[in-house]
Amino acid sequence: MIEIKNLHKRFGEKVVINGVSAVMEAGKANLIIGSSGSGKTVFMKCLVGLFDPDGGEILYDGVNFTTMEDDQRKELRQKIGMLFQGSALFDSQTVEQNVMFPLSMFTSLSYAEKLKRVNEVLDRVNLKDANKKFPAEISGGMKKRVGIARAIVLNPKYLFCDEPNSGLDPQTSLVIDKLIYEVTKEFNITTVINTHDMNSVMEIGDHIIYMYQGEKEWEGSNKEIIYSKNKKLNDFIFASEFLKDVKELRAREA
Amino acid sequence: MTFFNHFGRYLLMIKGMFTRPENLKMYWKELMHQCYDIGIGSLGIVVIVAIFIGAVSTLQTAYQLVSNLIPKSTIAQIVRDTVILEFAPTITCIVLAGVVGSKIASELGNMRVSEQIDALEIMGINTKAYLIMPKILGSFLMIPVLVVIAGVLGIWGGRLAGTLSGILAPEEFEYGLLSGFQPYNVVFSLYKAYTFAFIISSIPAYFGYYVQGGALEIGKASTTAVVTSCIMILFADYILAALLL
Repeated sequence: MIEIKNLHKRFGEKVVINGVSAVMEAGKANLIIGSSGSGKTVFMKCLVGLFDPDGGEILYDGVNFTTMEDDQRKELRQKIGMLFQGSALFDSQTVEQNVMFPLSMFTSLSYAEKLKRVNEVLDRVNLKDANKKFPAEISGGMKKRVGIARAIVLNPKYLFCDEPNSGLDPQTSLVIDKLIYEVTKEFNITTVINTHDMNSVMEIGDHIIYMYQGEKEWEGSNKEIIYSKNKKLNDFIFASEFLKDVKELRAREA
Repeated sequence: MTFFNHFGRYLLMIKGMFTRPENLKMYWKELMHQCYDIGIGSLGIVVIVAIFIGAVSTLQTAYQLVSNLIPKSTIAQIVRDTVILEFAPTITCIVLAGVVGSKIASELGNMRVSEQIDALEIMGINTKAYLIMPKILGSFLMIPVLVVIAGVLGIWGGRLAGTLSGILAPEEFEYGLLSGFQPYNVVFSLYKAYTFAFIISSIPAYFGYYVQGGALEIGKASTTAVVTSCIMILFADYILAALLL
């Protein structure tokens, strides 16, 4: 579980995160949604320690991440997996080497044991026969799967996904969403997903936080979001005429 | 950013490299990889530059020595000392600033822009130690070797040019080469090589590591890194000559 208390972050005079508090529970897909510039990427980067917050607390299972010593942070980070927007795979390494990298760095397993584990996770993300390919030789969807495989290879307790569907077609997006969701449930991971994809919200949004201009504007689940009366949230999620029609249809059905 | 901001951040980057490695074996592997890239990767250009510089030195020194009172073996002495003291370390390192420096800056810049550095940080790896330290150590190990190779080949190039153009016989060249030789010149050349190795690796690493933006900024960082490294090499060259000769 990750608990965020009154988080603040500013760049110069610009306030980017303004007093956000939330609880991200284990075994749930916790989604952070919001329009571009709403502060969700900065919020996630604060959670993983890529930015130091100006105020507030981030508690990983009760331990304050913001006041940790470097060595403690390093130790905790080995329990964190992250899927980046652009996958962030190492260009000069093959798929197999990319996934094996955390194992080589942090475990004393033999090569055969590492390879077995790599094949297990690649199999888990439904990626076969790509071991020897380089990132430049595989599709965007496959890169995301490799990114997920690398993120879960050390059995993390916390998984962060920054825009996992960006640049993917709707079908592949759904596959990636389902994969993240299954992994979250299967390994009881605290998963935090940063997205503005409404399909993801409806499919896997156990817990959703809507951010607006650096503040938490709304919080709920995918079952509640569709009936929310929050105007800013409604303007965001029902931006298209099609989704407005869907909402009206659902309201009539209800 | 002012010069002092850059300099302060550069010093902090250097300080940040000195931490306990997460896995010594992986660091060793990365060091070997860098040694190969820097040493073997630059050998071709160093060989070509060294031979031609030595050859041109012989021809131009002979052109300026018009008096019959000066023995021809003096040409070899002048070529030897200029190659060892200046051409082998300084010119080689200026060439390496372009070859190695731009590679380091663009590699790290690309890793920064494509979030590969962030990915390593989140895994709990000290990226300054894992990515920058092996490049600096690799340069420390390989660049002095390249400078020595450049010195030997530069002198050999001079001898070859002297023989082929009929300016002086190989025996005359070898006589000049041995007369008045000061071993300290080689030591001084190695001082320069180590100093320049640090400049060539750490300055481009700084500009690459802290790049912000996209492809355009990586290109700019790479150019700035090479230009700054070259200026710093020339500045350090003067300081070392003033202090140690």
